[in-house]
Amino acid sequence: MRSPSEVWGENPSIPEGWSSILEVAVREVFELMLGCRLTVPEAPSEEPLDITAMVGLAGRLCGVLSLQCSAKSSAIMASRMLGVEPDQIGPEVCDAFGEICNMVAGNFKNKIAGLGEGCMLSVPTVITGNDYSMHSLTDSPVLEVRLQFESGPLVIALQIHN
Amino acid sequence: MNSIRVLIVDDSSVMRKILERSLRQAGVELTSVCQAANGAEALAVLAENQVDLILCDINMPVMDGLEFVKQLPGVENAKGAPVIMITTEGSESHVVQALSAGAKGYLRKPFTPEQVKDHVIPLLGVKA
Repeated sequence: MRSPSEVWGENPSIPEGWSSILEVAVREVFELMLGCRLTVPEAPSEEPLDITAMVGLAGRLCGVLSLQCSAKSSAIMASRMLGVEPDQIGPEVCDAFGEICNMVAGNFKNKIAGLGEGCMLSVPTVITGNDYSMHSLTDSPVLEVRLQFESGPLVIALQIHN
Repeated sequence: MNSIRVLIVDDSSVMRKILERSLRQAGVELTSVCQAANGAEALAVLAENQVDLILCDINMPVMDGLEFVKQLPGVENAKGAPVIMITTEGSESHVVQALSAGAKGYLRKPFTPEQVKDHVIPLLGVKA
């Protein structure tokens, strides 16, 4: 297996085309598992991003893929996945949002040649609240895609560590 | 189609519910639905319950899906029950590992209820 530096060079940058691949990977998960189409936001949203799901990637690609949206949006997502009304959703929200993040990460890596075999995913971690900062120990590039789920923002970020 | 007993193994309770719902949407009549959060829990469930079909995730804590499937030949209550692996891992080597371990099918997340149907229905009349 080639080392990360052989794949991405000594100074990693976001490979061309990854942004659209990530967007397709996210859209597919929402269409297949939630039965809904994501749109492109026309204007910045005031809705808080108060739930975050993260999945770590290790191997040929090292980094963290994260999803952020509002608590309200995550409850609607969970209700879509389970086929129940949003007010019937309880603690399943974190499980559902983490699973969405896991599927996005898996779908993304399976679309990149060489990553399906050589990149492992961690179990998802979910953080509620927005009073935190994420710090990487490396000067790592970040690929960010901003979409809209119903009326709320959905931010997908891939921070690359190698 | 006869009514079947299914065991769904996934560390996500949401995914277990989605899989159960997908089976029902596919028209599979379920007599009983057993659930487990990992391979070790699934073996404990099988010590008490006979099943006709097993849907199993690969990446799980405690005991993963591949290890669980390798242990199934010695489990009387799983005899004849086909196993379908359901996972985010879609590489060829994962598919080969799953099938070599004894799985009869492989379905990658994300999936539609139609894909679950396409994978499950042909296997319900097949003895493992």
